[in-house]
Amino acid sequence: MRITSALAAAAIVALTAACGSGGGGGSSSSAPGEPVKINFLSLAWQKESVAANKQLVDEWNKANPNIQVTYVQGSWDNVNDQLVTQFAGGTAPDVIHNDSPALSGFATDGYLLDLKDKVPAELKSDIPQAAWDTVTFGDGKGGQGVYGVPFLQESQVIIANKKLLDASKVRIPTPDNPWTWDEFSEAAKKMTEGDSFGVAWPMKSPVNKTLNLALNFGGTFFQTGADGKTTVKVGPEEREVLQRIHDQLYKDKSADTDALGMGTADPLPAFFKGKFALLPAGVFLRQQVAEQAPDGFEWVTLPGPKGTTAQQGAVSQTLSIAQDSKHPDEAMKFIAFFLNGPNQAKLAKGDWLLPTSQSAAADPAMTTEENGWDVATASAKNLVVAPFLKVNGFDEWKSKVATPVLQEFYANKITIEEAAKRLVDEGNKVLERYQR
Amino acid sequence: MRRLSQYVALVAYIVFLAFPLVWLLSTALKTPQEMALADPTWIPREPTLANFADAFGEQDLVGAAVRSLGVALASSLITVLISLPAAYAIARHRGLVNRIAIGWVLVSQVFPFILIIIPLFMILRDLELVNTLPGLVVVHVTFTLPFALWMLQGYVRAVPPELEEAAAVDGATRLRSIVKVVAPLLAPGVVATLLFAFISSWNEFMFALVILQNPDVMTLPLTLVRFTGPEGVARLGPLAAASLMATIPSLIFFAIIQRRLKSGLMAGAVKG
Repeated sequence: MRITSALAAAAIVALTAACGSGGGGGSSSSAPGEPVKINFLSLAWQKESVAANKQLVDEWNKANPNIQVTYVQGSWDNVNDQLVTQFAGGTAPDVIHNDSPALSGFATDGYLLDLKDKVPAELKSDIPQAAWDTVTFGDGKGGQGVYGVPFLQESQVIIANKKLLDASKVRIPTPDNPWTWDEFSEAAKKMTEGDSFGVAWPMKSPVNKTLNLALNFGGTFFQTGADGKTTVKVGPEEREVLQRIHDQLYKDKSADTDALGMGTADPLPAFFKGKFALLPAGVFLRQQVAEQAPDGFEWVTLPGPKGTTAQQGAVSQTLSIAQDSKHPDEAMKFIAFFLNGPNQAKLAKGDWLLPTSQSAAADPAMTTEENGWDVATASAKNLVVAPFLKVNGFDEWKSKVATPVLQEFYANKITIEEAAKRLVDEGNKVLERYQR
Repeated sequence: MRRLSQYVALVAYIVFLAFPLVWLLSTALKTPQEMALADPTWIPREPTLANFADAFGEQDLVGAAVRSLGVALASSLITVLISLPAAYAIARHRGLVNRIAIGWVLVSQVFPFILIIIPLFMILRDLELVNTLPGLVVVHVTFTLPFALWMLQGYVRAVPPELEEAAAVDGATRLRSIVKVVAPLLAPGVVATLLFAFISSWNEFMFALVILQNPDVMTLPLTLVRFTGPEGVARLGPLAAASLMATIPSLIFFAIIQRRLKSGLMAGAVKG
């Protein structure tokens, strides 16, 4: 009986609490005379990055009592499901943090505001055209628009165990003189000894890493014909990086096959233990290395290898404005403040990524030798728009075709010919549906 | 010997059940360096509360837990209040309409979540329930109700109609026989349904993500996900600390209510 009474009491409390704590609705309209309210959906998740975001929003709110920004923290894993629903319901946040591959579909559907004529000249000139290219998409009506302001990018570097690197006596690569892929393979062989390997390739999510590095040899994986249709191509340029990684794994035996099924950060315990010397990874992984490395463990950041070029494919993190925002001009003012040079440097430092702003890249925090920032920032000059960025149907090709095929290839279950054939044949069937 | 093997099996089962919780506790007490050891240990070498400090310092975990508790209690109670009489009607009055109703309940479970989320969101928006906890309660009740109804009608069916007939012979009205005879026998079923509805609501993430946008109304799952980044990378220490805290209210709820979750009330009820 006491339980029944307790439950009844709890029900009353719960219902009162639940009914009493409604929010203000998704709309950010404001009554005349009241400050304009803007919702800012941020996907920052690292401690320093969240702190930097909150600090900048606080600074803005103090300096602009008439435009108040509400910081809403979202999640990378679910942001696009969240946005699809909120766009359809007309309640999306005013300012949206996302990455450039996601913008294309939303732009075509008319959910994002074209910022072409809204971005202030100073911000526009501070960000190089290569970065603006990552946010320029068709508007679904035959025109082109700019659907976000790019502000953070990632390049691939090699994180190295300094003790094993020094012991191998190989040439230490620099941003001006990186290893060629041949040198990289030779270095990995020299560092392979007993149970220790030269390199580890965590390939649980192999597609972006492979496609971005394939540009080293001019591999684009997609081509557009005279009829305007995009198809998959896996020619000699595309096969080069695939084959070289495969050779490290099974011919040279200088790469640890145990790491193949791992996610990006999973090999770190084995890396710290000295099971392998080199870990090719995105620049952001330096944060985990710096935080988790045991006392006395020395590590360095090396530039990514060079093929016929040192180019790598890049996507950007972006800030966009929802088409339905009631305050697009105020939202743009906030973005211009949030992404100015000094602020971009703070955000990049917090996320351990590279700023697109040229003035931010010159910030001392971005060029210090500590934690490999100098090498990471220098690698930004090799970033070009990832060729897959503007391919309709890329996401489906990636998840249904490329991921399983590349995983099987790297696991030595299929040959490169079989992999190429499946990437093209099955891939073209997917792309075909998006181009009807 | 047989008894010993039973105990061994029982201990193994308990270890299996407790493993995630113990691992969570162990991780929550470790430093980032210790989490990255190639040979992980169960007992942290240098236990630290820094992960708890980070988790509670960075996010409003207590506020989120209170909101989640409110939503879960409200959702589970409303679900039971609605599904109990409906289950009785479906179980006792067999006919074409009831068969169709049961069929519809089952079919409603088939629709993929993503198919209904946008229309549902539109309805909530028109009712001005977006970004409110009552809106979330409505959605949770809607989604828990079919299965709760299905569960409860099974329990009602297990209560022999002869007991109600006996009560009627003794002069009880239908309402009285339901309240005094059937309802007490349904207690385990009601408790099981309450638990199911509570845990479904407590853990629910996707609807909350879409419906709640104001930081002041966010529930616990939305707060926990803030410790994760792209491609499965996470801040494991604060996430483990926060997740550990998130399991405590549901454990307490379960501990309070599980005493009612007993069977055998009706053993021998219609003998002879």
